[in-house]
Amino acid sequence: MSLSVTLRVWRQAGPGKPGRFVDYPARNLNPNMSFLEMLDVVNDELTLRGEEPIAFAHDCREGICGTCSLMIDGKPHGPQQGVASCQTYLRSFRDGDVIVVEPFRARAFPIVKDLVTDRSAFDKIQQAGGFITARTGSAPEANAVPVPKGDAELAMDAAQCIGCGACVAACKNASAMLFVAAKVSHLGLMPQGQAERDRRVLAMVETMDSLGFGGCVNQYECTAACPKLISHDFIARMNRDYRGAIFRAAFNPSARGE
Amino acid sequence: MAQLDPRIPAGPLAEKWRKHKAEIRLVNPANKRKYEIIVVGAGLAGASAAASLAELGYKVKSFVFHDSPRRAHSIAAQGGINAAKNYQNDGDSVYRLFYDTIKGGDYRSREANVYRLAEVSANIIDQCVAQGVPFAREYGGLLANRSFGGAQVSRTFYARGQTGQQLLLGAYSALSRMVGAGAIELFTQSEMLDLVVVGGHAKGIVVRNLVTGEITRHASDAVVLATGGYGNVFNLTTYARGSNATAIWRAYKRGACFANPCYTQIHPTCIPVTGDYQSKLTLMSESLRNDGRIWVPKKKEDCRRDPTAVAEEDRDYYLERLYPSFGNLCPRDVASRAAKRMCDEGRGVGETGLSVYLDFSDAIRRLGEHVVRERYGNLFDIYHEITAENAYRTPMRIYPAVHYAMGGLWVDYNLMSNVPGLFVLGEANFADQGANRLGASALMQGLADGYFIIPYTIGDYLATQKPGSRPSPDGAEYRQAEENVRAMTSRLLSLKGREPVSHFHKRLGQILWQHCGMARNRAGLEQALREIPALREEFWRTLNVPGSGDTLNQALERAGRVADFLELGELLCRDALAREESCGGHFREEHQYPDGECRRDDANFSHVAAWEYRGEGQAPLRNVEPLVYEYVKMSVRNYK
Repeated sequence: MSLSVTLRVWRQAGPGKPGRFVDYPARNLNPNMSFLEMLDVVNDELTLRGEEPIAFAHDCREGICGTCSLMIDGKPHGPQQGVASCQTYLRSFRDGDVIVVEPFRARAFPIVKDLVTDRSAFDKIQQAGGFITARTGSAPEANAVPVPKGDAELAMDAAQCIGCGACVAACKNASAMLFVAAKVSHLGLMPQGQAERDRRVLAMVETMDSLGFGGCVNQYECTAACPKLISHDFIARMNRDYRGAIFRAAFNPSARGE
Repeated sequence: MAQLDPRIPAGPLAEKWRKHKAEIRLVNPANKRKYEIIVVGAGLAGASAAASLAELGYKVKSFVFHDSPRRAHSIAAQGGINAAKNYQNDGDSVYRLFYDTIKGGDYRSREANVYRLAEVSANIIDQCVAQGVPFAREYGGLLANRSFGGAQVSRTFYARGQTGQQLLLGAYSALSRMVGAGAIELFTQSEMLDLVVVGGHAKGIVVRNLVTGEITRHASDAVVLATGGYGNVFNLTTYARGSNATAIWRAYKRGACFANPCYTQIHPTCIPVTGDYQSKLTLMSESLRNDGRIWVPKKKEDCRRDPTAVAEEDRDYYLERLYPSFGNLCPRDVASRAAKRMCDEGRGVGETGLSVYLDFSDAIRRLGEHVVRERYGNLFDIYHEITAENAYRTPMRIYPAVHYAMGGLWVDYNLMSNVPGLFVLGEANFADQGANRLGASALMQGLADGYFIIPYTIGDYLATQKPGSRPSPDGAEYRQAEENVRAMTSRLLSLKGREPVSHFHKRLGQILWQHCGMARNRAGLEQALREIPALREEFWRTLNVPGSGDTLNQALERAGRVADFLELGELLCRDALAREESCGGHFREEHQYPDGECRRDDANFSHVAAWEYRGEGQAPLRNVEPLVYEYVKMSVRNYK
């Protein structure tokens, strides 16, 4: 059993250049093939014809590195819930389908080429405060501070974020709230993360705002598109942290770490 | 001929590292900011090294080919990280972790290095917990452990099936903190394409920006390579598609010796190959062997039947039968070869007959499905996504796949290569895993090297270099290296043949898997040594790299990496041919016991083989560093 589809792919030569959709037939595909493997095959065919292959971001191909970032038929990472583009398989499509493939679009994620975007804004948010300061060599004995199992589990639910940007691509405001909330919640739930808790949430939220991400209007498309199904509840947790931190900082600027 | 002095400190094993740290040269705090260190790669080893060196006050430049340092393939490690904490009160100790790792490596690693690794393992857990890594906890809030292959104690720390991800994000957060503080200059999408050697010392690199195509020279006082393993030489592996050997290979061509390339690890539990379009193989964590039982049918006619219909007495739980004391938790090389033997006997299962069952029905009966789901849920999900099968109902099908490279650039006890000033960390070096790595030891080694070894040992080198003596990147050596990179890039772009680069990578992978995979022999290796140069010649004649060099060009990136693999693959076979014994992941069919186990030859091969490049068209030189065992008695590995 095999299937044939038409790929309607966004082609754009570079940043700021005009882009357009181009149709490519993909024939006699094995339904167990992954979506990215189909692009590999199409790219090899393009190369054999002397045309330039389609640029797309990918690396681990097992849903953990967060590199792959395709908008497939209007959904970040495609039709299945809880997977990355690389874990989307052709068995999710039907013979004869026309499949529209675009990059993740957001003001803060400029297009580099074809389906590849620049998501370095996420790194900048992390650099602003997405850490617990623990200079190498200064750590106390690991079991000195017990962490309630429930807190560790909840922190892990948030920490699973792969930094792919699907939440931003799914949001009509291109908000990065789920991404930032996941990091703020993970570190804020750990006892080790308390000392910098206010400073962290203030710095990360302010950096997020300054990079051109929009605000959250509580529609939770982000969670639905997240390959790790990270809950929008973490956004509420971050908002609470942020309000508290703003309040404390108003009375005591040292809460900002200044 | 290269000088290979391992510089192992004198004194009793347990004192060596402490004594060495007390005796090596230091750089005073005010001088540290005068030194610039280049760190290439930001996986566990690279990110932890860059962060720790910047914390000490050195000026650090971090280069990664990914779009973010968080993407390095350490992120995909699933099962866990070993540490001799003895939290389970089951008799673990630094010595036991050391001994298990030496034995697991089939007595082909350095005692002093491995002992140090076991010693600092406990500090790693402390460090990661302080960074907020959400390790699994017991109900009382203390850290939980699980068991891994090759050990009879429970010493593996984990964060669900995503331990590598959480440890990497910890190291990445430390790196990000120092980038934010201005102590690290970060270069993403920047691929190192040459090493610059000035007066015999590593003093910089040449880099291509993968987005703009710009080629730049960077000078430094020392260069640290933490660029991962070379396993993708086999094409179809559990590595990320972008993982490559280019940085270490180009360093090799600048004089760094390449040690034990034939020590490659085949992981026993991966999802089997299904078709020729396939781009990668997916690992199912070794932790599954804690509760999963591996079997094949006793009778060939049962191999095509529904596995749940095969009666208990008709199943051969062959690891439990062959290795009763370690059972399903025997080391990776042993488990992989046993799976191959079962399939060679015609008892493999699945459409291709090239897989075995990994069955959880006993564990589900014993513990309940919810417990199995809590422990391994994400792995069962991955399996379901790929195969559309439900492993809670029917056994998983698994087969071995290339997973890790124990070989790598030769380093001394300070993790410095034979090129002074060039340090190599993590999977990119060769030192600690011997001929076979135990599960949960890669994360341990990467972080040990980056957090707790290089911050001390790099000072011993830098103290010999006058502050401010760093050469200018306009020097002749830098310009020559840049010219070299430009020439290679334009050569690839100007070939304009017909074939896409994937064509050559696939064929190279097939040659290596067939002749230099789980079992190797003289005739096969000699054939591979004829086929690879022919393939390389064809590559440089018929390759087509479309597009230009001044934009993002993924075909060009891959072409450069595959060009290096086509050379490295040959060295791999050459090394496998020269090593006339079987040890760990290197199995020569000529050298085995009647029951199919590895037959080592300690009299002639108890040494590291470190290959030295001697120019294009010249045979490389095989240098030897003898391995001396003072504390562990070398014996036949026995997991029975």
